[in-house]
Amino acid sequence: MKLPEAAGLVLAFVARLITGAQGHWHGVAPKAEQRIYFANHQSHFDWVLIWAALPRDLRAATRPIAARDYWTATPLRHWITREIFNAVYVSREHKDDEDPLEPLLEALRRGDSLVIFPEGTRGHGAEPAPFKSGLYSLAQAFPEVQLIPAWIDNVQRVMPKGEVVPVPILCTVTFGAPVALAPGEERRVFLDRARDAVIALREVA
Amino acid sequence: MGLRSLSVSQQVGLLFVTLFGLLTLATLVAFVRSLRESTTPAEDAAQERMARELRAIWIGALLFWISWAAGPFVSTLLFGFVSFFALREFVTLTHTRRGDHRSLLLAFFVVLPLQYVLVGTRLFNAFTVFIPVYVFFAIPVVSALANDPLNFLERTAKIQWGITVCVYGMSHAPALLLLELPNWHERGAFLVFYLVVVVATAQLAQGLASRRLRRRPVARAISRSFSWRAWGAGAAAAAIVGALLYWTTPFKPLPALAMGAIAGATGTLGEFVMQALKRDAGVRSWSGRASVTGAVGLLDRVAPLCFAAPVFFHSVRWYFGI
Repeated sequence: MKLPEAAGLVLAFVARLITGAQGHWHGVAPKAEQRIYFANHQSHFDWVLIWAALPRDLRAATRPIAARDYWTATPLRHWITREIFNAVYVSREHKDDEDPLEPLLEALRRGDSLVIFPEGTRGHGAEPAPFKSGLYSLAQAFPEVQLIPAWIDNVQRVMPKGEVVPVPILCTVTFGAPVALAPGEERRVFLDRARDAVIALREVA
Repeated sequence: MGLRSLSVSQQVGLLFVTLFGLLTLATLVAFVRSLRESTTPAEDAAQERMARELRAIWIGALLFWISWAAGPFVSTLLFGFVSFFALREFVTLTHTRRGDHRSLLLAFFVVLPLQYVLVGTRLFNAFTVFIPVYVFFAIPVVSALANDPLNFLERTAKIQWGITVCVYGMSHAPALLLLELPNWHERGAFLVFYLVVVVATAQLAQGLASRRLRRRPVARAISRSFSWRAWGAGAAAAAIVGALLYWTTPFKPLPALAMGAIAGATGTLGEFVMQALKRDAGVRSWSGRASVTGAVGLLDRVAPLCFAAPVFFHSVRWYFGI
């Protein structure tokens, strides 16, 4: 076993020790198909939680999105995101001539699965913020990739904003039935429908 | 061949052989019964519940065996983890606020390990007062420093209560394992075994009695089944089994009867209190089924022990005057 793999196992173990990181699958099975998971975003811990809740064999092919300027700033951060998580790096500053979604499209072309948080930033209220349009563009470009909604519960209590040490509190990730882009569906309509699918999982959980 | 003529390790070995033998037998019976076609959904549910209970008892028995075989360090560590998981579940059920973060960190990463270090090093006097005295005053200080006055007393009380039940109560189980009694060297496993058996007996007998007697519940809003008569039946059964098991303990038959009654009665009361807590937290599904938060029902299982262990531990110490 190589170091990143071992570090990944340790990290997943710690995440489970602290949060339980239970994955509940409703209307969808944990299968090794190409997927885009999209979830509510409340904490820095969200990605680790989804990742730890996935079965081990799905983790390697499921990649997070990381801001290039922050996550490559120090060797350690870079190593963690590159070697353990195999993150897709995106730039926060857009130049006019390049598509900010290009790294994501590239990953999807390679057959990888992605986890995205369509709210853009961490939410504060009880309800997730309106979704940004990236999800729509990805769904248009890759209609055959399944879009799986996920609701992350309780994680804001584990590590509130401004704290660095997580408190052990049980969290769940509920994965729901795939949402598909209907032919000719409006962007806003689709994004609201996707957001509703995420919120609906709160009740199922 | 009398049991007392065997060496200590032989006695303990016999204890575990008997325990695992009985468990294997029960598992086989349950397996054979599960092969039969079941007719009603109620039967299915009963079988499923039985399987879940058996699994829990297996885990408990294995934990007990490992902790005995591996010595004080590992046993303290194992019970420490059980405490950790129970407290994690407790904190999940009680709705803490942002301002509680530091107090919770203190509880999980300072108080809990320290309490188990005190047990492991057999500093029983410090272990007895550490949480009731020092932690009791430390937690509200840390909470107050978080600068959030909303529901301050309630929030602090919840954390205190969680620590007392899940850490302080639970830590008395390994303490029993490590307690040195006169003429009772290295046989703490028997005390833990005795405690677990009498508490389990009390729970079972109380459950049976409440189904048979159909008395009016004392507190319907909290438990549909708890009545004084059933509780008394549970304590009586625990007392009888305790007296029958006197030869596994350092007690004479009559004190063993009293100890059994004390442990059984406190254990079932602990279970009752935990039901009240779960009602308050709005938990609908009961032991074993994952609830909204993914809580797995560990708290249900260990609560009777968490309540009974400290009372039993101090009764034992008081009885022997140590």
